[in-house]
Amino acid sequence: MELTLEKVTHRYGDMPVLQDIDLRIPTGEILCIVGPSGCGKSTLLRLIGGLERPDEGRVLQDGAPPPGCLNPLTYVFQDFALLPWRSVGGNVTLVLEDHRLDGDERAAIIDDVLARTNLSAFRNALPRQLSGGMKQRVAIARALAVNPAVMLLDEPLSALDAQTRELLMEDLVGLWARQPFTAVYVTHNLAEAVRLGHRVAVLSRRPGRLREMLEIDMPLDERGVGDARLDSVQQHLWHLMKDEAMAADQELLDV
Amino acid sequence: MSETHIRPVPFRGGGFRPVAKRGVGLIVFVTLLALIEWGTRTGWISNLTLPQPSDVAMTLVDLARSGMLWTHLAPSLSRLAVGAVLGVSAGIGVGILIGLFSHVRAGLIPLVAALFPIPKIALLPLFVIWFGIDEASKYALIALGTFTPTVVATYGAVDNVDRTLIRMGQSFGLSWLSIVRKIVLPGALPGILSGMRVSIAIGIILLVAAEMLGAEFGIGAYILQAGALYDLERLFAGVVILSALGVLTSWVIGRLETRLLRWRT
Ligand SMILES: Nc1ncnc2c1ncn2[C@@H]1O[C@H](COP(=O)(O)OP(=O)(O)OP(=O)(O)O)[C@@H](O)[C@H]1O
Ligand SMILES: [Mg+2]
Repeated sequence: MELTLEKVTHRYGDMPVLQDIDLRIPTGEILCIVGPSGCGKSTLLRLIGGLERPDEGRVLQDGAPPPGCLNPLTYVFQDFALLPWRSVGGNVTLVLEDHRLDGDERAAIIDDVLARTNLSAFRNALPRQLSGGMKQRVAIARALAVNPAVMLLDEPLSALDAQTRELLMEDLVGLWARQPFTAVYVTHNLAEAVRLGHRVAVLSRRPGRLREMLEIDMPLDERGVGDARLDSVQQHLWHLMKDEAMAADQELLDV
Repeated sequence: MSETHIRPVPFRGGGFRPVAKRGVGLIVFVTLLALIEWGTRTGWISNLTLPQPSDVAMTLVDLARSGMLWTHLAPSLSRLAVGAVLGVSAGIGVGILIGLFSHVRAGLIPLVAALFPIPKIALLPLFVIWFGIDEASKYALIALGTFTPTVVATYGAVDNVDRTLIRMGQSFGLSWLSIVRKIVLPGALPGILSGMRVSIAIGIILLVAAEMLGAEFGIGAYILQAGALYDLERLFAGVVILSALGVLTSWVIGRLETRLLRWRT
């Protein structure tokens, strides 16, 4: 299943947030979206996942979701959004309970996603007992459980410290290498974008327009910390964004 | 730097953090009672001001021995139970509806705000006309009295449920009912339970008021009879029973909280 955005424009009140965004999200790839703060990245993600309707333009899906897909467009949130009263296993089960699955199927899915995210030993732990990185792993496991056609991640690692972020990036690369998934990955961290993105879309400051689309044709599992080619891509991204980010930073918010 | 100038950095971080101190409450209680006992025995407190705690205790023991304690307690407990169950469950139901539906909210919040400050005791004669002098009017009074605070606590609790969790539920395509049952209700439970503490205390106050106005048996009736005779020992014995009832219900809710809200830090 492929998603296409056609001339998507969105406003909050009189304030234009996104302007004429054309975007293609091909299957099996991770598309990173970077841009200065407040440029409408989260808004774009909400439009893609159908949590909001664009004022103009359309978000189209081409083709049927893969078989066994329970929730085609699935989010991973920055603040994890785990139910504190449910255990790790319970949080994953939550998203399966509304689907007609027999007990064995459900158990198999849960075992599988917990194993893939190295959480099997934490099945009965409550969220408050987990570190931030573990919580986000649970949220990723929950997203994988519904076998999404497209995963929508909104700054999933922003609430984590640098080391944990590094570990989770490796986890994501590992997950993708074993079983490629389609994802839109919003971040303000350029290092994340060049590590995880097959393509990187750069948005301008508000109203967000698509400034540039970069392709990084280097397999994800070959990208390491301190790779010279990645560094130069990251430099290039930073040049693109620097002025925009400075201007965005100076802007008064009258909303 | 000379030797004399070396000293530890002064500690300034203490206080402002309640910690459980076991037994302190009991010590305060016992000291107070001992003080009153001593005062009444020495005549420092005249026995028209306060009865002797030991006499009150004897009265309570007699009451229990004669079986009259249960005769008074049983109807009171059943009135409180029936009234509070009716009021609290209706209150939780209405509170959740207000929390979930904008129309219900717009329609009912002013009504609840109008009902809340009415002293329900003032309505007792009305209830007697509507429901008769028997149990029904007492149930209605307690139910109405516990209903309004429960509504207010419940819709506040529903409003305070983390919106990101609800958005998460929607993004995973959970049904409306699932979102309410699995996200909104558990999220609102802490607020609902703390609201119940207030509601049930109000329920006990109204129970006594209702029993004072027309009941043969019940703690309220017992206190009224004692008061009419200026029998301070029996009056205080009744008050002690009420306090114990308050402590007991608060303890039960506390247990409920630790059981149901184990997920909280
Ligand atoms: N529901 C809303 N109503 C009104 N204004 C909104 C709403 N959501 C976002 N905005 C505004 O739209 C603009 C874009 O917001 P958005 O959250 O999409 O930006 P972002 O790129 O994700 O920013 P950040 O980097 O801070 O996450 C901001 O100025 C924000 O204040
Ligand atoms: Mg954002």
